[in-house]
Amino acid sequence: MSTLTPTAVRARHTAIRISGSAIGDRLYDWAITFFALCVPLLLGLIAIEISVAGWPAFHRFGLSFLTSSAWDPVHGQFGAAPAIYGTLVSSAIALCIATPLAIGVALFLSEFAPPWLRQPVAFLVDLLAAIPSVVYGLWGICVLIPILRVVVMPFLRDTLHLGVTPFFSGPAYGTSMLAAGLILAVMVLPYISSVSREVLMAVPRSQREATLALGATKWESIWGAVLPFAKSGIIGGVILGLGRALGETMAVTMLIGNRPEISASLFAPGYTMASLIANEFSEASGDLHLSALMAVGFTLFVITLVVNAVARWLVMRVSRIGGQT
Amino acid sequence: MTAPPTVPMRPIPANAPRPIPAGRAEPLPETPGIAAPAALAADHFSFWYGSNKALTDITFDMPIRSITALIGPSGCGKSTFLRAINRMHDTLPGARHEGEIRLDGVNVYDPSIDPTALRRWVGMVFQRWNPFPKSIYDNVAYGPRINSSPPRHELDRIVETSLRRAALWDEVKDRLRESALGLSGGQQQRLCIARTLANEPEVLLLDEPASALDPISTQKIEELLYELKRELTIVIVTHNLHQAARASDYTAFFYLGRLVEVGPTDRMFTAPREERTNSYITGRFG
Repeated sequence: MSTLTPTAVRARHTAIRISGSAIGDRLYDWAITFFALCVPLLLGLIAIEISVAGWPAFHRFGLSFLTSSAWDPVHGQFGAAPAIYGTLVSSAIALCIATPLAIGVALFLSEFAPPWLRQPVAFLVDLLAAIPSVVYGLWGICVLIPILRVVVMPFLRDTLHLGVTPFFSGPAYGTSMLAAGLILAVMVLPYISSVSREVLMAVPRSQREATLALGATKWESIWGAVLPFAKSGIIGGVILGLGRALGETMAVTMLIGNRPEISASLFAPGYTMASLIANEFSEASGDLHLSALMAVGFTLFVITLVVNAVARWLVMRVSRIGGQT
Repeated sequence: MTAPPTVPMRPIPANAPRPIPAGRAEPLPETPGIAAPAALAADHFSFWYGSNKALTDITFDMPIRSITALIGPSGCGKSTFLRAINRMHDTLPGARHEGEIRLDGVNVYDPSIDPTALRRWVGMVFQRWNPFPKSIYDNVAYGPRINSSPPRHELDRIVETSLRRAALWDEVKDRLRESALGLSGGQQQRLCIARTLANEPEVLLLDEPASALDPISTQKIEELLYELKRELTIVIVTHNLHQAARASDYTAFFYLGRLVEVGPTDRMFTAPREERTNSYITGRFG
C-alpha cells in the first residue's frame, strides 16, 4: 500500500477531468449522427418533391391514373397502367429466371467447386454487375433480340406449341417483354448470387456436421440444414435483385419496345415506368405531361418502397419461424 | 467398476439394413486390464491433417455397453480420434489415416463401408449443441426422415421414445412444435442427444458434451449417459477429470497424439501405471 501525496491526488483530479479527447468524442458523435440523419432526410425530401410535382396529374385523373391504359400526350390523357404492368412483369420474369440460376451458382461456389475454381468464377459472376447498363442494351439489340426473333420465339410458339396459351402467342418482333425480362435476369443475377454465396458460406460448420453425423448425404445436408439456415439471407438477395430490376432503365428501354399497351403475350412490346420517364421527360409537352411523368416517378418510388418493406417483413417472418433471433 | 456385460446384443430393427456385418464381439487380448468384449477397437491407427501428424499408432479397445472416457490436455488428439471413429474427417481436405478402427470387427474405413450409413449406427454429439433452427419435433425426426422415412405414427413413436431416452420428454412434450432454439442450453444438448438416439445407434460418441453447461445440466447429462450405457457403447471426450472419474467405466489417456495408458477408470485414477498419467490426473500439467 502506498500513500498518495497531495501532488499525486491533484494529478489524478486533472486526469479524470474532461479532456480534449473527450470533446473530440462528442464532436464525432454529433457528426456521424448528422450524416446518418441525412439519408432518411434526403429520402423524405425526394418523396415530397416528386409527389408535389406529380400532384396535378393525380388530382386531374384520380385513381384512373393508375388503372387507365390511355397514354396520349397529344390529347392530354395519361394513364400509367401499362408502364406499371410492364415494370412488374419484366421484373417478375427476371426473378423467375435469375433466382434458381443464382442460387445454383452460389451453391456450386460455396459447396461443390474445387477451391482453385471458386475465386475466379465468383469474380467473373460479380463482374456481370460492373457492365454498364447501356452495354447490356447494345448487346441485347445486336445479339439477344435476333436470337429471340429467329430461334427462341418460333421455337416456344410453334415447336413447343406454347402459342396456344396467350403468353407466347402473336408475332415475334424481337423487342418485347420477354427480351427485357431476359436482360434483367442477367443483370440481377450477380446481386442474388453474390449475397446468396456470402450467406451460404456463413452457415455454421456445426449445422453441417449435425446433419452429416445423423447419416445425411451431402445433398441431404445442403437441403436439410444449409439452405434452411441461409433461407432468409437468400430471400434478402432476391429482394435486392428485385429492387434493381424495378428501377433499371437504359437496357430495358432499348429492348422492351416502348409501347404503352397491356398485352398478355410476352412476345409483345411493352413499357416500364422507368423507360417511360427516360423517353419522354426531355420532350414533355406542357405542364400536365410533365406532372404525369413525375407522378409515374412517384408511383415507382412507392412500389419500390412497398416491395422492400414486404421483403423485410418476409425475411423477419421466415427467420422467426426458423427460430433464429 | 462395472461387471462385464452379459446383455445380449440389442436386436436390430427389421426395416433397417445393417451396413456393417454383425461380427462376434471379440475378446481383447491387446488391452491389458480390460476384460469386456469390444464394440470398437482401434488397431495401430494413425492420423494426419495434411502433413501434421495428429495421432500416432493408437491401439486399444472400447468395450461394449460401457462408457469409455478419452482424457488428455488440449491438442492431444482425443477429439481427432473420436471424430475418426465415425469418419467425420472425410469431408476435410488433406485428412489421411493409417491402421484400422473396427466396429464389431469390421474396419470402418473399409472401401465397402458407406460413411453416411456408418454415421447412422455411430451417432455423435458435439461440444457446442447444434440443434437445427426447426421445431423440437422436426429436430428429433430429422434422422429417421432422411434414413428410413417412416409413416407418421411410427415417427411420432420414435420421437417420443428418443426424447424419453434423453430424459427430455417431460420438459418438452407440450411444446414439440415450438422452436428448438427456445430451449435452455442443457435442454438443447439433451435434444441433440435425443436427435442422435432417434437413429437407434449402437455407438454414441460425445465430444465434451457438458463442457459449456452448468453443473446441474452436466449432472443430468451424466445420469443420462449412465442410463444409456445399458444399451449403447459410449465414448466420451472430456477435459473434466472429475467427470471422467465419475461417469466412465474405462479411461484412455492421450498425450501428444499418443495413447499413454488405458484401463478401468478406478485403477487409472487410483493406481496409474505411467508417470505421465499420474502427473496429469493429479493436476501437475495439462
